[in-house]
Parts: sequence; structure tokens; C-alpha cells
Amino acid sequence: MLKISHISKTFNPGTVNEKKALTDLSLHLEPGEFATIIGSNGAGKSTLFNAICGSFLTDTGSIVLAGQDITFLPDFRRARSIGRLFQDPMRGSAPGMTIEENLALAAGSGGWFSHMTSKDRRRFRDQLAMLEMGLEDRMKQPVGLLSGGQRQALTLLMATMNPPSLLLLDEHTAALDPGTAEKVLKVTRDVVERHHITTLMVTHNMQQALELGSRTLMMDSGRIVLDVKGEERAGMTVADLLAQFHVNAGKALDNDRILLSGV
Amino acid sequence: MLSVAQTALELGLVYSLMVLALFLSYSMLNVCDLSTDGCFTLGAAVGAVVAVAGHPILSLPAAMLAGVCSGFVTAVLQTKMGINSLLAGIIVNTGLYSVNVWILGGSSLINMIKTETVFVWAKDLLKNTPMSDLPSVLVTGIAAALVILFLTVFLNTRLGLAIRATGDNPDMVRSSSINPAFTTTVGLCVANAFTGLSGCLLGQMQKSMDVNIGQGVVTIALASLLIGATVMGRGGIAFRAAGMVVGAIIFRLVYAIALKLDMPAFMLKLVSSVIVVLALALPYLKEQWPVVSRRLQATKGAR
Repeated sequence: MLKISHISKTFNPGTVNEKKALTDLSLHLEPGEFATIIGSNGAGKSTLFNAICGSFLTDTGSIVLAGQDITFLPDFRRARSIGRLFQDPMRGSAPGMTIEENLALAAGSGGWFSHMTSKDRRRFRDQLAMLEMGLEDRMKQPVGLLSGGQRQALTLLMATMNPPSLLLLDEHTAALDPGTAEKVLKVTRDVVERHHITTLMVTHNMQQALELGSRTLMMDSGRIVLDVKGEERAGMTVADLLAQFHVNAGKALDNDRILLSGV
Repeated sequence: MLSVAQTALELGLVYSLMVLALFLSYSMLNVCDLSTDGCFTLGAAVGAVVAVAGHPILSLPAAMLAGVCSGFVTAVLQTKMGINSLLAGIIVNTGLYSVNVWILGGSSLINMIKTETVFVWAKDLLKNTPMSDLPSVLVTGIAAALVILFLTVFLNTRLGLAIRATGDNPDMVRSSSINPAFTTTVGLCVANAFTGLSGCLLGQMQKSMDVNIGQGVVTIALASLLIGATVMGRGGIAFRAAGMVVGAIIFRLVYAIALKLDMPAFMLKLVSSVIVVLALALPYLKEQWPVVSRRLQATKGAR
């Protein structure tokens, strides 16, 4: 489904601030595969997502999604087949517009001059009800009035309304309180399973990295240093994961948030 | 006194079209379009030239089309050439001065005393009806109502929603597979069409136009917009758009009363500047106040 071949990206080349963010990185995801990514600070996890989404063009390599070469497509054209959630719950929705207006824009059905129909509204209401947050009764309220968790759940709904080929989750529950994070995670799992969406998820929780999905990737210095799935992954503990990282990356994991999140 | 109110109403309605234009560009797209002055004059110039040539009705769409062209240039400068949006507006505004003089045939003034304008046309139409004294109010009122109606419908279409989201959260527009450069361009073209229409109607109503007719009108429009947003800022698009017209009329009424109280006419622009400064600065100062008051108390305590 997603085939990344030998991409590299260097920021500010030739200056004192030169930073090799991605180094000859390749990754191949099967349709419906759900992979978690874990890594040190500055390992290139978000940069990888930015490269996939087209926030910048890579220096080398190619990215193929669902059979289409998207290496040189502008970001808004790629968005048709990629859904993305950020850590910041405010980034995915327009605060000054109502819930239903946000959903209508994300649904993108009809032509430029089409209006929201009562059929659209019914569909939005049903989908909001599945979040179990009571949002279906607040469809005429501006999104700015929602809490972070509610906004993140809404963004998830918007990103998956037309099931994308690829869903990118960039620590999308990290800024939420534990209860809300659990709820958003459950919704995530449900949506991904229902539509069988190929998913990449960055997390700082090692337990989560092993439990969620079917494959775990570890990144360091712009490379994927560990890639486990299947039986090997099934028997793995967090301690195994840390030891394996040490061997492959030649150093200990130095992400404070990872180490503090109950290893 | 009644005639003073009537004049304020007429002028308020004419300028309200430009306020509605800023409602689209400033409140929705979050772009402060400083080409408004030049575009207003452009609309007035094109409208006057077409009306003098004997086509009063055609002058309105002609002025709007001129506005669309001006808005398109401003939009291209900021979306395709990486020029800061404020600077793009100023550049277009400066360039339009030459264009406007060129349209006026090298002169800086056009007289329409004997010209058949939409207002003359309306006056003939209203002869011997109860509205016979109010052709200007009728023409400008219909124009404002049509623009409100258009905006209400337009801003609720998918394109309209995308334009509103562009000012609110451009990232979200991109993730909805819509190019924000496109929505900005459409928004500025539509907004400037109304600015052009506003200038066209003012020129024909005053039966003359000179090349400085639009000088400083962006500040007047902003003042009206901020008054309107204070009075009727919350609610649906139709309500808020109607608030823009109310704001424009209030501004003109206050100005008319100030004139009655012997304020010289040349104070208009200073007054509008002060209103804009107050409306924009007050929320900020209010936010800063707790810090300032705490600091004052601390210095008092230290003594």
C-alpha cells in the first residue's frame, strides 16, 4: 500500500545548522497493516510523516501510495488519500465554524456550489453518535467550544470520513488526559478496523507500541533501526525492545517521555 | 434633520457594499486587503466612463468585473509570487492610481450631471409613487440586500465553507484536499467585485467622481465593520452580514451628527482612524490590564 524507497532529507544543507533528518530510509507497508513507530527525540518520526504528506519534497528517493507515485505531488493533492492527526488537537479543525460545517468540508461531497443537505446532516449525526461524546446534539455549535479530546475525536472522524489509503497518527493522544486519551484510542482502533485502513502511528508509550497494531518500528537518526512483526513481536517485552534498540542503534534510548511513561 | 438622516442612510448603504467586501476578505479570509482604496476608485472610474458612454445599467457589472480583475492581481501576488499580503495590497493600490487616471482619459475628474445613471433611471421609475423622494435609498438598499443574500448563500456552499476555513485554519483546508491559494483567490475576486460596485454607485450618486474618491476608504470600511461586529457579531452569516450594513449606517449617522455639532468635514478620516484604533486595541489592552494592575500594586506594596 505504502512504498517508501530510499528517501533522504537534509535541512539547511551547507550551513552550520545542517541537519540530516532522514537518511536513505525505506519502508513498505502492506494494505491494512497497522505499524507503530517509537524513537528518540529528533529521530525523524515527524519528519517522516511530513515527507509522506508533502510538507516538503525529499532530496532523493520516491514515495508510492496505493500504486500512485506521490513523490512530487503538492500536499493538498496528497491529502485526498492521506489522513493525518497531530499531537495538537487544535490543528485539525476550524474553530470559528460549526461542527457540521467542519464535517461538511471534510466530507467534500458534491460540487463547489453544493449545500449541506438533510441527508448529509443525518449521516454526520450518526457518525458523531459513534464517538459517544454527545457531539451529535451540538452540531450547530462552533468547534472552538469543544475540549481537546472532543476536537481530536472530531478530527479523527473528519480524517477518516472518506476512508484514506493511509492514516498517519502523530502522538495524537499525547496531549490528552489519560481517560480521554483512552477513549480517542478506542475510537481510533474501531475506525481503523472498520475501514481496514493502513496506519502508521507514532507513540512514546512502549507498551502501546507493542500492543497496538501488527508491527513495531524504531527510529534513530533518520533511519529505521528496528522492525519487528509476527511471532518475534508477539513474545517481546518492553525490556527486550530497549535491549534490541541498544544493539541496533549503538546507544541507549534517550527519549525522556518514553522513559518516564512507565517502562 | 430628516434630510441629514436620509443622507447618512444613503451613504451608509453605498459604503456598506465595501464593508461587506471586507467582511469576506478581512473577517472570513483573514486577509487585510489594502488594495481596497484603489479598487473602490477603479469601480467608480469604470462605472462613470461606462455610464457617460450611455449604458447606466451596464456600468454596474462593468465596475464589478474591474473589481474582480483587481482582486485577482492582488491574490496572484500573494499566493503565487510569495509577496506578503499587506504589501501585495499596497502595491496594487499604488499601481491602480495610474490605471484609474488612464481609464478617466488622463484627467482626474469626471462630471455626470447630465449623465443617465442608475439613480436617474430609478427616479424616473419612481415618479408619482410614495417612494419618489427616495430613489437613492432604494437603489443602494436593493444592492446591499442582494449582496447580503449572495453572501448568505455563497458562504454556505462547499466553496464558501472552504473560504471561511482558509482564514480560520489553512492547515485544515489543505487536509481537506483544497488548495488555500485557490480559495484565497476566489475570495479576493468576489470581495473586490463588491468594492468596485460600491465605488461605482457612490460616483453615480454624487454625479461626479475624481481620482481621490477612494482615498482612505479602507479605514472607514474597517471602522464600520468593527462597529457592525460589535453590534451584531454573533450568529449566522445572514445576521452578521446584515450587521455590516448596520455598522456602516451607524458610522455615517455618528459622522453626520458630529458635522451638525460643527466638526469640520476634513476630520472624517481622523475620526475613522481613531475608531479603528479603539476597536482593535481595546480587546488587547483589556487582556493586558490584569498584568498592569498587578505590577502597579506590587510597586505600591514595595514603597
